Amino acid sequence: MSVLVYTENWDGKFKKLTFELVSYASEIAKMLNTGLTAVSIGKTGNSELAKAGKYGASKIISIDNEHLKVLDSQAYTNVISEIARAEKASVIVLSNNNTGRAIAPRLSVSLKAGVGSGVSKLPLNINPFTVYKRTYSGNAFAHVVIKSDIRILTLAQNSFELIETPDNSTIVKIDVPVDSALVKTTVKEVQKQTGRILLTDADIVVSGGRGMKSPDNWAPLVEFASLLGAATACSRPVSDEGWRPHEEHTGQTGKIIAPNLYIAVGISGSTQHLAGVSSSKFIVAINTDKDAPIFEAAQYGIVGDAMKVLPKLVDALKKAK
Amino acid sequence: MKILVCISNVPDTTTKIKLAEGSRTIDTTGIQWVINPWDELSLTRALELKDDPSAGVKSVSVIHVGPASSDPTIRKALAIGADDALRVNTESSDAFFVAAQIAEIIKKEHYDLVFCGIESSDYNGSLVGGMVAEFLGMPSVSAVSSIRIENGQPVIVREIDGGKEVITLPVPFVAIVQKGIAKEPRIAAMRGIMMARTKAIRLFEPVHVEPLTEIVTLEKPAPRKACKFIDAENPAQLLELLQNEAKVI
Repeated sequence: MSVLVYTENWDGKFKKLTFELVSYASEIAKMLNTGLTAVSIGKTGNSELAKAGKYGASKIISIDNEHLKVLDSQAYTNVISEIARAEKASVIVLSNNNTGRAIAPRLSVSLKAGVGSGVSKLPLNINPFTVYKRTYSGNAFAHVVIKSDIRILTLAQNSFELIETPDNSTIVKIDVPVDSALVKTTVKEVQKQTGRILLTDADIVVSGGRGMKSPDNWAPLVEFASLLGAATACSRPVSDEGWRPHEEHTGQTGKIIAPNLYIAVGISGSTQHLAGVSSSKFIVAINTDKDAPIFEAAQYGIVGDAMKVLPKLVDALKKAK
Repeated sequence: MKILVCISNVPDTTTKIKLAEGSRTIDTTGIQWVINPWDELSLTRALELKDDPSAGVKSVSVIHVGPASSDPTIRKALAIGADDALRVNTESSDAFFVAAQIAEIIKKEHYDLVFCGIESSDYNGSLVGGMVAEFLGMPSVSAVSSIRIENGQPVIVREIDGGKEVITLPVPFVAIVQKGIAKEPRIAAMRGIMMARTKAIRLFEPVHVEPLTEIVTLEKPAPRKACKFIDAENPAQLLELLQNEAKVI
């Protein structure tokens, strides 16, 4: 028996979310009294791979195959399924990010393993195996019993702390045959976001809504965000109007995020918006309407016009630096 | 080219969720049921493709796994413009069960493109699309934010962490669709609503599949503490609180 964690890399590097995953999976391995194996696909150097050992992986499997350069969910599923069988995995942990969500459901069918998706806590119980997950877009949480012998969990980003452990890891490079005929995905073009903090990775997010009044008013919000080292986001009407790119839309149908601090500027806080941000550790609201529902979700609030409040916040931050 | 859009029946997204007695399910009293928002966007995009003669889409079908009480939601899909509706007549259970039912139908009826919303707003599982594909041994592509058809070949934009990729893959495949795929959901016109009344919903009996998961309890999120208000004239105080009290900056 073992616990398996899929450690995705980005151009050969891990991210904080990788170590959250490994820490989480390592705690589950302890609950089950077993070891943790990490699986990495792609060209990742030994020093980077070894970092998974710092958070509790005892075995780190590295697979580098030219047919796996592109994320083809079918090909990835076959490889991870095979490793899971060889390692006799009883729990498989992936991120609830785009990659994890592409692979987990396929793995589920391939291994006949029930999935707890978007979990944010350790399992409530291991017999029966019960997980705690967000449902109704954050308006309810479910205790879900996974009845299969193998369980797949996808962990929500920024929901688990990093736990360092003594490193006893070994790196194993293995060759897995990949049938190139099975890889159907062809990438024609890659457009990478550069220079800005990724919304889903950010510890702090500053988000603007209709209260910003015009697409031309965003400069103080962007400056405020940059001074805080924050990512920028927006509400649905703002992205629908094309004031900001749709990648910035946070809310039920946009990105679901859980930063340490979410600052909502000129956002009234509809049920749908809150569904995307309610897992944030702290919420700050700046809005002209004191009765706006965002203040019910917020710990700190300022009733005022964003155009007047933001420049003052920018000044205060500059002074403090 | 034939497109199948999988639709789920969910509470209207503005619903204040209350739990039913026993806390295993929600209290459905007074709930308005709608097409899951991502499925509605998928359907909209499928219909846009059908309207474009160069795309070569012959028909758009919708499929739903659920009891007869879901029919009003399926009729909405017909009213928006779906040509054909299929329903697997059963209480839906977990994603594995639902995906197995949909895969069974696809084995019988041929489709070139299967659209699934990336998640449902009730269970937030993000599972059915990928599962359907794996049951069928078909490719799938997730987080699709744009799809067009060029010379009979779908060209897709998918979101990856930190960017986008433009990709192609041969049909048939399952496209798991997210925000961006269509600008706004299409709204039914009166003519569509009238026509939807007379269109038949084709019924299929379920195959036997044991679900892999079960919800045993639902609970409401813990209420947040009351908001602390800061004077708009002195917002610097906010930074102080974030630094020293919340310790997040």
